[in-house]
Amino acid sequence: MKYVEEFRQKDIARKLADDIARAAQTGRDYNIMEFCGGHTHAIFRYGVQDLMPENVHFVHGPGCPVCVLPIPRIDAAIELAERHDVILCTYGDMMRVPASRKNSLIKAKAAGADIRMVYSTQDALQIARDNTDRDVVFFAIGFETTTPPTAVAIKQAAAEGLANFTVFCNHVLTPAAIQHILQSPELRELGQVSIDGFLGPSHVSSVIGSAPYDFFAEEFQKPVVIAGFEPLDVMQSALMLIRQVNDGRFEVENEYTRVVTPEGNEVAKTLMAEVFALRRSFEWRGLGEVPYSALRIADAYADWDAEKRFELTKSTGTDVKGCECPAILRGVKKPTDCKLFGTVCTPDNPQGSCMVSSEGSCAAYWSFGRFRMDRVKEAAE
Amino acid sequence: MNAMEKRFPTRINFRRGQVDMTHGSGGRAMAQLIEELFIKHFDNELLRQGNDQALFTPPAGRLVMSTDGHVVSPLFFPGGDIGSLSVHGTINDVAVSGARPLYLSAGFILEEGFPLVDLERIVASMANAARAAGVPVVTGDTKVVERGKGDGVFITTTGVGVVPDGLDISGAHARPGDAILVSGSIGDHGVAIMSSRENLAFETAIVSDSAALHGLVADMVKAVPEIHCLRDPTRGGLAATLNEIAYQSRVGMRLEEDDIPLRPEVDAACELLGLDPLYVANEGKLVAICPADKADALLKVMQAHDLGHKAAIIGEVIEDDMGFVTMQTGFGGTRIVDWLAGEQLPRIC
Repeated sequence: MKYVEEFRQKDIARKLADDIARAAQTGRDYNIMEFCGGHTHAIFRYGVQDLMPENVHFVHGPGCPVCVLPIPRIDAAIELAERHDVILCTYGDMMRVPASRKNSLIKAKAAGADIRMVYSTQDALQIARDNTDRDVVFFAIGFETTTPPTAVAIKQAAAEGLANFTVFCNHVLTPAAIQHILQSPELRELGQVSIDGFLGPSHVSSVIGSAPYDFFAEEFQKPVVIAGFEPLDVMQSALMLIRQVNDGRFEVENEYTRVVTPEGNEVAKTLMAEVFALRRSFEWRGLGEVPYSALRIADAYADWDAEKRFELTKSTGTDVKGCECPAILRGVKKPTDCKLFGTVCTPDNPQGSCMVSSEGSCAAYWSFGRFRMDRVKEAAE
Repeated sequence: MNAMEKRFPTRINFRRGQVDMTHGSGGRAMAQLIEELFIKHFDNELLRQGNDQALFTPPAGRLVMSTDGHVVSPLFFPGGDIGSLSVHGTINDVAVSGARPLYLSAGFILEEGFPLVDLERIVASMANAARAAGVPVVTGDTKVVERGKGDGVFITTTGVGVVPDGLDISGAHARPGDAILVSGSIGDHGVAIMSSRENLAFETAIVSDSAALHGLVADMVKAVPEIHCLRDPTRGGLAATLNEIAYQSRVGMRLEEDDIPLRPEVDAACELLGLDPLYVANEGKLVAICPADKADALLKVMQAHDLGHKAAIIGEVIEDDMGFVTMQTGFGGTRIVDWLAGEQLPRIC
């Protein structure tokens, strides 16, 4: 696979590992938060942690779009399918996310709701074209990466006059979330988590560019390195962060120059600005209400807004008791700090959102077995 | 010739006809379908006995029996169809005990309205697969469900076979120090199915590896009767099969990612779809576990067979009562290869 394997080569990884080992100073720790689930996945999938010195730690952030969606939004999606009898189109990742009362989309589907897994917004549009006698709702989730395709779908529906198609919009914004984490009391006052730097999002940044991070680096004096999703990208970026920390610098550096520019993708940004508007506030699982952190559908496209077309009950559903997803999403706790982890909460029977998506910290911990490797190591010692 | 002498005055129109409820009702229409479709294609002595069961004398030795339901969607895919798959799947389940498969049965659940032209294509493909494998379909059953209550056709096959003396193959027999072998590239079937799904069609030259493995198994057990485990990694892929064996045998396993055969095009398709090839289904591959000192001999026999020329030694069995399967990644790190959670690809077989 050209353009992919180049970024997974063992000999380069080995060399980078040596460079990192030399750069990381003894007598201190380096806590690097990777914001994106894509980075979390790469770290576990390729065993990147094994190549790091003992004092370099990855702290897994809230950048898994499936994990940050709060229970009331999933309850609302189920309500759309069950009470309003729509065809609900969703990405497969959402199917098993726990909702209130032990429900989930996959259970609602089994109970008779018409919920269909799609791979793209275009599939959802096609379902709407093929079922003009039914209301078809696309359950839109994700960060800035998945937002432009939703905008395209809404514009297409408008152009075609596809009146039975609407979007249940749950698109969220990365910069607002990072800022919220940096301002969280745990970080500012209690000093529980000391994040030394951020691996910045790769795909999100391809849309919004690297410029939006300038503010954090400056305001919070934390270095940011925009990193690609391949394992060599992660290692190279970790090295760049360690060097910044050593030098006392806090700049936005771009490792992922093959894709990300300072200004991002202007076409996509214009499209988003036309179709969406900022919400004053939005609830994130783990972070609570975060001001100006999500998008709603702009008034000009209100006809394609499922929240305007259908009356939805205000759900007050909360996470399962004992579930530490909120703290894990903020990087305050590790999956293994959660009492439910591996006991009642496993990928086969997820209690919290972090255990569902392959990009979730808990699922990655479980499936790629970091905690078990630790146990094996402990047993050997 | 007098029309009364013919059992069915007009022949079934396979070009234009459809399955209807009478084809499963036990009446004349069902008898005609059996005669003009199933007996015609599957034709063999035991089937021609015309009874509700096939009567045969089993050869001496231990018998094995296995059954498998097939619900694959789409019914026709690059490299096979539900018919050939239903023959290969059950033959393989019988064969990985080390057995020589003897006979198959086939149960069809047909949906009202299903085109007879497709049904005949499927039955012909099944018959070809059975003939090529030398394992006849000797008894069967047909049921029809109302439109909307099925999805075209579901096929359940059952197979019986006889295990040669001196073999003791089981998922519980892996021992620390054993070598782990796989008969060829992984993930071909699952990716071939995905590539032909309506909502996901992408251009690819990948075809399903669907094949009957009993010939390969016969060569293997003849050369190395000490084989401890054999299993075909179907749903859940290589990862699921190795985890099952590790659990059954109370051992751990250590794999080398770089040694696992994987076609570049399957690798690329998995990359694109966000799938891990370790969890993607195969229908013509097997995993073998044998004492380390027999591994090279076994590998040679496998590579000499048409269905095993890309066989490789991919890892070793280690002592570990927690049953972990770990893998040295091509990148230089280590990861755990866990059970599959949830459903990576629905209805692939």
